[in-house]
Amino acid sequence: MIIQDWLAQVSTYAGSIDDLFALIGVLVGFWFIVSEGVFFWLLYRFRAKDGVKAEYITGEEKHQKRWVSWPHYLVLICDIFIIYGAVTVWYDIKQDLPSPDATIRVIGQQWAWSFVQPGADGELGTADDIATVDELYVESGKLYHYQLEARDVMHDFSVPVFRLKQDAIPGRVITGWFEPTTPGSYDIQCAEICGIGHGVMAGTVIVQTPEEHKAWMMANTPQVRDSISIAANTAR
Amino acid sequence: MAVSVGSEPTAHEDHHHEQSFWSKYVFSTDHKVIAMQYMATGVVMGLIAGFFAYAFRMQLAFPGMDVPGFGIVTPADYVSLVTNHGSIMVFWVAMPVLLAAYGNYLIPLMCGCDDMVFPKINRLSYQVFLLSAIVLVASFFVPGGGFGGAWTAYPPLSAKAEYNLTPLGSSLWVLAVALEFVAFLLGGINFITTAMNSRAPGMKMYDIPVVIWMLLIASILFMLSVGPLIAAAIMLLFDQNLGTAFYDPNRGGDPVLWQHLFWFFGHPEVYVVLLPTIGLTADIISVFSRKKLFAYRTILYTAFGTGILSFFVWAHHQFISGIDPRMAHIFTVTTLLISIPIAEMMFVYIATLYGGSIRFTTPMLWALAFIGEFLIGGVTGIFLGASGADIYLHDTYFVLAHFHYTFFPITIIGFYGGITYWFPKMFGKMMNETLGKIHFWGTIIPFNFIFIPLFFLGMAGQHRRIYNFEHFPELATPGLQNIRVFATTALLIMLSFQLVFFYNFITSLRKGKKAGKNPWKANTLEWTTESPPPHGNWPPSELPSVYRPPYEYSHPDREEDYWPQNVPN
Repeated sequence: MIIQDWLAQVSTYAGSIDDLFALIGVLVGFWFIVSEGVFFWLLYRFRAKDGVKAEYITGEEKHQKRWVSWPHYLVLICDIFIIYGAVTVWYDIKQDLPSPDATIRVIGQQWAWSFVQPGADGELGTADDIATVDELYVESGKLYHYQLEARDVMHDFSVPVFRLKQDAIPGRVITGWFEPTTPGSYDIQCAEICGIGHGVMAGTVIVQTPEEHKAWMMANTPQVRDSISIAANTAR
Repeated sequence: MAVSVGSEPTAHEDHHHEQSFWSKYVFSTDHKVIAMQYMATGVVMGLIAGFFAYAFRMQLAFPGMDVPGFGIVTPADYVSLVTNHGSIMVFWVAMPVLLAAYGNYLIPLMCGCDDMVFPKINRLSYQVFLLSAIVLVASFFVPGGGFGGAWTAYPPLSAKAEYNLTPLGSSLWVLAVALEFVAFLLGGINFITTAMNSRAPGMKMYDIPVVIWMLLIASILFMLSVGPLIAAAIMLLFDQNLGTAFYDPNRGGDPVLWQHLFWFFGHPEVYVVLLPTIGLTADIISVFSRKKLFAYRTILYTAFGTGILSFFVWAHHQFISGIDPRMAHIFTVTTLLISIPIAEMMFVYIATLYGGSIRFTTPMLWALAFIGEFLIGGVTGIFLGASGADIYLHDTYFVLAHFHYTFFPITIIGFYGGITYWFPKMFGKMMNETLGKIHFWGTIIPFNFIFIPLFFLGMAGQHRRIYNFEHFPELATPGLQNIRVFATTALLIMLSFQLVFFYNFITSLRKGKKAGKNPWKANTLEWTTESPPPHGNWPPSELPSVYRPPYEYSHPDREEDYWPQNVPN
């Protein structure tokens, strides 16, 4: 009944979202069970019986109303807990961005994801940027900012294992963050309908160990790649 | 043609002369006929939307299969099917059946007047509505096919043919929605005016049955919220066809503008369809538990409270849409506050059962099922209203399951509850109880088996509007696929049980037991006239007067356990 039973947690904030879900689950689950329990009990207890007339209760008097108003104050208290939890989690994930180790660009278009990440210089927009399509290579334990853009229609950059979701809006750049924890390959979904190809707009995020990622960077930095091919040509 | 409060009933010539088939059933101004027209159109549209659900659920369970009766579901078909399933169910089923059909039928009858205040506007309302339905159905058959940008129609996808690939379908969709709004604006004028000005002599504000109050509040909510969306729809039509750029960011427009205008309407809209069902549930549980409604006034206040709050929650649909992150806090608070009036309403209904003498007739089963099932819809909404949890759950099947747990009880349970309760009044015959109960259980049990599993798919990260999950390794597992097959199987069972209802409806219409004026021993005014009521509802000399509130059941001073509103003592 909790999210992590269905899907792994692979970012630093995944746990806090799942905990919030569990907190809400407990609170509303309590109300749900109590309400349905009382409801079915009343249906059984007060089923029609021959010769028994129903009672005449207006529900307008104070001592009657408290049967409804007390539970309703308790609901308000539960709401306050939930609001506190929701606001805190939201603030940490969406509002207060911690300073990044690296910044990447994520671009959605019909129907593919493109990613640009800085090369060895750590700066975006320079010649050694590494561009990939539908595959995002990141390093575990490194805090990333993403700058999310859309070329044509709305898309949504969703990485379920990170519990990351953000709409991409044409004409805007939206910045957010994530920090992957466990190496592996995970789904990227487009979570906003974007036309007939919405169902094929899949991507993969590959979380690598620092060593793997370094090697990947080496092999894919444009100049390095070029020099490898030059070397290969020369050798031939 | 209505009689206003306090004035003498006057004889109406047009109630007595012979009418041709056309003027009686097609171009009628009788509110009861218009109600039937709305209901019949809504049911036909519901069958279309149900067929769409069948087609796309089959594709989800058995990707790539040749769906019997439909064929192969292509990606374009799929997005068009889900878009139009949602659009139809909200705009062409829930609205016409709950608001227009029950509103038209019940408001004059339960207020004790002979017709709506503006019968010709009423007729026009249905005609515009019918036109909107025809335009929508036509959009499925134009080159390019029906619109496939979701029922929320976010631009730029909905605004440009090069993106949605349905140049005609998307324009016809917007046009149909705009026409539908015109129809309900016309209807709303009538509902509000009639309920406020044409009540039977003696019917004070707190003597109005809850269902009428709810229809009234729903109409007010609709009229207050729909303006921005009509403006938005016109701008979208212009963007599509005249090359304007209201939603085009490359030329100074803003696509998020649509989302604000859409949801400013869209969230009150949920309560527009919810309130009529809340209302008819109140009437039904009161009659069949032979109990006065617990705290009648509290129910009204919670409905007012819900209505007002509903105008301040729209951006909870947009938490992750790139709005300023600080806005999410405000909308989380307002959204969770809605749990207070709604929970109170549910508590009041449950409290009404206390001390009752509960009869489990078919309409009562539907009304009780509404309470039991809507609670699930209510509590799961809390997860989504909490901004932090919505980051993950937004646009997943958790959302889908949540709103089906609200909309299904509202629309389908509400429709069946109302029709089984008022069928004797509408047609003068009783429905078969055994068939009614078979249909009830055959609908309710599979309904839960369809949508409970979808909560879990949502928790597993499955997003909406994806025609086939093979491209997503985390979602393409056999375990999750089995859940999809399970849900689809439950849907097939539920759909097949609907045949029982139509069989029951038709045979009861032909051979059902005569109902008489008041088969349920209910108090409200519609049960004081013939079943079915004649044109004009009551003979002009017998229009009822009201002496007491509507829910005086099992009063200690009375031998009988009911006390009709029109009986002087």
